[in-house]
Amino acid sequence: MKIDPRFEFVVDKARNRITVEREFAANQQLVWDCHTRREYLDRWFAPKPLTTRTKHMEFKVGGYWHYAMVMPDGQAFWSRLDYQSITPIDGYVALDGFSDETGAVNPELPRSRWDVAFAGAQDRTTVTTVIQYDSAQGVQKVIDMGMQAGLTSTLERLDELLATLQA
Amino acid sequence: MDNYGASLDSIFHALADPTRRAIVQRLGQGPATVTELAQPFAMALPSLMKHVGVLEETGLIRSTKAGRVRTCVLRRENLAAVERWLGEQRAVWQARYGNLDVLLEQLKGEDSED
Repeated sequence: MKIDPRFEFVVDKARNRITVEREFAANQQLVWDCHTRREYLDRWFAPKPLTTRTKHMEFKVGGYWHYAMVMPDGQAFWSRLDYQSITPIDGYVALDGFSDETGAVNPELPRSRWDVAFAGAQDRTTVTTVIQYDSAQGVQKVIDMGMQAGLTSTLERLDELLATLQA
Repeated sequence: MDNYGASLDSIFHALADPTRRAIVQRLGQGPATVTELAQPFAMALPSLMKHVGVLEETGLIRSTKAGRVRTCVLRRENLAAVERWLGEQRAVWQARYGNLDVLLEQLKGEDSED
């Protein structure tokens, strides 16, 4: 994979935490809109060749985004992001979780907490996402789930695919 | 308890320690005796054996004793699950942000046409 100096992915195993940081060539308002409006989210959130399909989006505290990442063969992986706090246009905190098509969150699986911060300077914006799992057992369950659902094998090919797309 | 596949909890704990990470790294090059493992750390054998014990409990390594010599080997299959998952998460974020770059360019174009 190409090295991208604007992208950082840091794993803190001792704290069950992943930090993703990325800089974008756009102002903070536009980057914020892309993260918080369904018509924009549907255009970027799923990695290719998957596509994003939003079933419900209410971006407010207590509201949630219910969406699927859909494979080319139609298989859908449903998730739900529950918004816990929102500070336009600087950040939001949300609970990520696996769900089904009806929007019911799978209670067997742990949810991770996403703390997303936006920092803009003119036409550059850095987005920092801290993904926090309660415990490493939680991470293990998520991995097992991904393997069962067939998501893992799809994602395994992603690296190769990316290399092709970016070449 | 079935010991097939190490729990991530214990793997994370095991790899949080720099000495244990170094041991795992060394065993990545091939099996080594406990004495060989102790050399680069200037560490007394009992201290090193504690680290080896932690790694063995997690299932990351296996050790066998022949006479007075204990030899350790890496169990790659257990290390792979965690590292692979993290690699996938990384790939997902990198890919979706690549999509976002494209969308932002499109939106900026629409803006300037207004």
